[in-house]
Amino acid sequence: MSSVQDWEAPNPVKDNRSGLIGKGVDRYEGPLKVTGAAPYAYEVTPPSPPAYGVMVGAEIATGRITGVDTVEAEAAPGVLAVWTHRNVPAQPPRGTKAHPRSTSGSRPALESDRVTYFGQPVAFVVADTLENATAAAKLVRLTYTAADPDVDFPHRLDAAGMPPGEQDTEIGDFEAGFAASDVKLDETWTTPIQNHCQMEPCASVAWWEGGKCIAHTSVQMVKPAQHGLAETLGIGRDDVHLLTRYIGGGFGGKGQTYDDLTLAALAARALGRPVKVAFTRQQMMHGTIHRPATIQRVRLGAGADGRLNAMSLMTWTHCQRDGAFTEHASNFARNLYAAPNRLTGHRLVKLDLPHAGAMRAPGEASGTLSLECAMDELAEKLGLDPIELRIRNEPEVDPENGRPFSMRQLVRCMKEGAQLFGWDRRLPTPGQVRDGRWLVGLGMAAAIRGNFLLPAKCSFSVDADGVITVRQGMTDIGTGTYTVLAQIAAETLGVPLGKVVVEIGDSELPPAPGSGGQFGAATAGSAALAAGMNLRQAIAELAVADPGSPLHGGDPNAVTFQDGVVALENRSETLAELVRRAAPAGLTVEGEIRPAQDAQKWSQQTYGAHFCEVGVDPVSGEVRVRRMLGVFAAGRILNAKTARSQLTGGMIWGVASALHEGNAPDLRYGSLLGQDLGNYLVTVQADVGELDAIMLDEVDDKANPMGIKGVGELGNSGAGAAVANAIYNACGVRVRDYPITPDKLLPGLIAKGW
Amino acid sequence: MRTTITVNGEARSLDLDPRTTLLDFLREKVALTGTKKGCDHGQCGACTVLVNGVRINACLSLAVMHDGDEVTTIEGLGAPEALHPMQQAFLTHDAFQCGYCTPGQICSAVGVLAEIKADIPSHAGDVGAQARLTADEVRERMSGNICRCSAYPQIVDAILDAAGNLP
Amino acid sequence: MKPFTYERASDAKAAVQAAVETPGARFIAGGTNLLDLMKLEIEQPQHLIDVGRLPMATIEDTADGGLRIGAMASNTKVAADARVRSRYRVLSQAIVSGASGQLRNKASTGGNLLQRTRCPYFYDTSKPCNKRQPGAGCAALEGHIRESAILGASRACIAVHPSDMAVALVALDASVETLTPSGETRSFPLMELHRLPGETPHLETHLIPGELITAVVLPPLPEGGQQYRKARDRASYATAHASVAVVGGRIALGGLAHKPWRAADAEAALASGATAEEAMGVELKDATLRDENAFKVPLATRLVAATLREAAQ
Repeated sequence: MSSVQDWEAPNPVKDNRSGLIGKGVDRYEGPLKVTGAAPYAYEVTPPSPPAYGVMVGAEIATGRITGVDTVEAEAAPGVLAVWTHRNVPAQPPRGTKAHPRSTSGSRPALESDRVTYFGQPVAFVVADTLENATAAAKLVRLTYTAADPDVDFPHRLDAAGMPPGEQDTEIGDFEAGFAASDVKLDETWTTPIQNHCQMEPCASVAWWEGGKCIAHTSVQMVKPAQHGLAETLGIGRDDVHLLTRYIGGGFGGKGQTYDDLTLAALAARALGRPVKVAFTRQQMMHGTIHRPATIQRVRLGAGADGRLNAMSLMTWTHCQRDGAFTEHASNFARNLYAAPNRLTGHRLVKLDLPHAGAMRAPGEASGTLSLECAMDELAEKLGLDPIELRIRNEPEVDPENGRPFSMRQLVRCMKEGAQLFGWDRRLPTPGQVRDGRWLVGLGMAAAIRGNFLLPAKCSFSVDADGVITVRQGMTDIGTGTYTVLAQIAAETLGVPLGKVVVEIGDSELPPAPGSGGQFGAATAGSAALAAGMNLRQAIAELAVADPGSPLHGGDPNAVTFQDGVVALENRSETLAELVRRAAPAGLTVEGEIRPAQDAQKWSQQTYGAHFCEVGVDPVSGEVRVRRMLGVFAAGRILNAKTARSQLTGGMIWGVASALHEGNAPDLRYGSLLGQDLGNYLVTVQADVGELDAIMLDEVDDKANPMGIKGVGELGNSGAGAAVANAIYNACGVRVRDYPITPDKLLPGLIAKGW
Repeated sequence: MRTTITVNGEARSLDLDPRTTLLDFLREKVALTGTKKGCDHGQCGACTVLVNGVRINACLSLAVMHDGDEVTTIEGLGAPEALHPMQQAFLTHDAFQCGYCTPGQICSAVGVLAEIKADIPSHAGDVGAQARLTADEVRERMSGNICRCSAYPQIVDAILDAAGNLP
Repeated sequence: MKPFTYERASDAKAAVQAAVETPGARFIAGGTNLLDLMKLEIEQPQHLIDVGRLPMATIEDTADGGLRIGAMASNTKVAADARVRSRYRVLSQAIVSGASGQLRNKASTGGNLLQRTRCPYFYDTSKPCNKRQPGAGCAALEGHIRESAILGASRACIAVHPSDMAVALVALDASVETLTPSGETRSFPLMELHRLPGETPHLETHLIPGELITAVVLPPLPEGGQQYRKARDRASYATAHASVAVVGGRIALGGLAHKPWRAADAEAALASGATAEEAMGVELKDATLRDENAFKVPLATRLVAATLREAAQ
């Protein structure tokens, strides 16, 4: 089994002889995306003209379907099929795993008369055109017996329980430590439901070739999608070919498949022709997962010297009655600041709401909105600069598990950020700076996110033109996977980027876990490096064994790869010449990565510091982000351009959490009030002023063979708190109920006399 | 209804269901899927195309309303091997991530530069003054194009860069 | 969308005639709001008469020194018109603070006035709504939304009118010109176009069936400063929590009522020497408040005070 020591050996990524690693090269698939030539799932051309499927959502939140009238729908022009639970093709019960090693069980659609959340797909119409299918879907008449939905989260905390299999973590004696502290803070924050709002609604197209189902869908994880569909269709896993080449945003919401895929595949089989199904924007809000609301109680107790004596973050959250998801908003607090007495944990309420699930920086995105503001408030109570307070509570080892940090540059992030941002211009007393109609304030917050490595495989091929093809069942949801795999391949085999082809998003390629949890680049990339090393070895052995090669008879371990040339001391030939002559059909090898057995000996995190300048209009309570800077430490950066984009994107998600985003259920109906992008507001271009992200030099050799870590979630962690802290600094009003909209800020502004 | 629309310079004459939106006409009838459907209700901008040179949401227009019109989609601006300067700028500045909103952003950006040139005012400036090309103007004028990946800073850079290179 | 037939009108008189003669007929111009609602089957016209290419898109000076804006002029065209920008800047400001560039390019002047509420319960067809189905009830009444009316609301409807442009036009004392089904033109103050909800919130204007808005007429250049100000959740592309148009001594409010609201009581109070805060106290004395929309009272008051100051500069 591997050890992190094995990763200390030199490798081409570390050596970076061509300088491609870290370079901000343009996106591999960029020319296709900027010209509209990259086909997303619904846009894939099937072998024959498709029929169009449209789903119908339940209009109650909990109850049963008692009546089904599809007469009108079936008689409507162009209609090919109308399905409800009464006539949908048979599917194995939910969660069935006919194959014991399936990574997902069956996910039947229209499975019963039972409705468990508003918007649950309950009927399905297929027609010859999208217009006909859409119109006919409106003609399906369902009647229900509905129960009153139980969705009032803040008033149902009595029903909150410990999440299954979890317990609170307590170090020392929190209550005693808190009681004995000189300076105390005890405040509660609330965060709302949030919807992913990927720009591409979930969509699928499916057709059958004999007994095999070909399905293109929009999903972050390939294997569970393939396995789940096979289980649902009751066929062998190899009889599903699942593809997801271009994905219009994921953010966790496409970590699973939805009924669009199931119904497209079932209908394609039933009708004997390709079928396309897409969620409407409105259907996305209920029919896919959301980030659940939280109530977070933070208690901090410190000595007059600013050292934390006691720290607690307790989170209450909710999930769907049949679900099992917990928003772990307290987890990050276990690794962030030193304090001898600590208590963290979660309580979960099951409600008749749609399914809660992972959304960008699950845990940190919500949790930092409380703790990182609490630190700001504590700093004020102590008369300390917020950065100085954090420095005084910097732990030497992980504060809960006592493990050494593999790398921890949080202090450097804060100090360099402070200098670059002009933090010294911040006045500690709020409400002192005015610029025209705006009150101006500065705020900061720390960022943290765990680092993970998962098992993955990858294959590398070389052909007679010297072209390297990377193949992996990985995805690119906009994160830059295509590009960093191409960079790793080019650097490892010593070829220019133009000589690399990347094929991902296909269940028939070597499996990788997909995109999520900011483990993607490290996991997929490490497998790619392993495959690349194996291909180097195979090529070297091919050369030295080939009497026609100038390298013949040499030491294969001494062969070098650069500029498309294989060389041994002063003997060389081009890679293409070698392969064309010695292996005209090309070579293909696989490689794989597994987590090191001893990796758990280190606490592995990524870190950052956010700095934000806002303007608050005291007349209206409107807030504008004028400037924002994030400084991050996240291991070796594979691509400066795409990594920066990931980080700035995450930061803007923080702006959205602080200022714009939030959904809430109607307590009578169990439906969400925000049902489209007109009522659920996400951040737009005009909301973002000057905003940038900087990455510190770092190599974390405990993380993986490349020393890289992820950045996809990190930018979001803490960003919203920096905005909230800047608002306080601007106007002296602290709103602890997100998002901080004018209606919430105005009473405080009036009370302050603005 | 028989409807003729010139798309990217090519006349397309089809018998259309009056319900077919310009967006679905492009995506489903003439297989130009570069124009994206993000919300279908004018709330995201992913479907932005240029009609007779002016940017609009293709989702909130019926194809039959465009009989005789000239439509330019992302495919009409450039191709992977021959990028339009705005497409090149988006690539250079990494002004996209997942890429789904990108065709709409680029068509919108081309429309924005034309609108500024035509002295159309925006909320970012004094309506009484000549329209100017500034970062704040670009931010305001591009606010009808949501990018959930939030490549907003990069989009501003790309547009300002492309504006310098455009005639 | 429900199936419908479509015709492109070549002549305004023929269009209004077709509108009354064809069952379920509706005019469509820009279509940005009508199609939005047709997709949800909130609007279900059986026949569309496309008036978008009728020659009514010109903006011309009137004999008395005002401006006549053709009903088909796009929002962008109106906002960009040099005469509007120099003489009626409040109108240009209001237009560019609404919607997005793409929508403004398509949306017509007449259509902007006739756009329907963005109340989430109006849009959610699984909920009762008296606008969609008279007598069905109003789900918003017991809902918890900020986007509800504080002025002129009824037990049947608490929706607000979403237009920014109309608020400025009301402050400008604009009038509306129409073509009636009998082929006559008529003109009336814009203030009289929209209705309060009362018991019939599905009736939103005083237009008679088949009547077509042909123009909006601005009176001669008003005295005093002009300014439009809007408060919303994000910096752009969002409807107003509250908005204010000030034109000289005239004040109109948006985001607070089922129609653009002329604050006549506040104007009178200001004219007799009251402060802006006092004047708004008079204007909003009968405001009907809920927990979620009560913030609109201080918000509108503060916006009016600030906008009056800005307009005077």
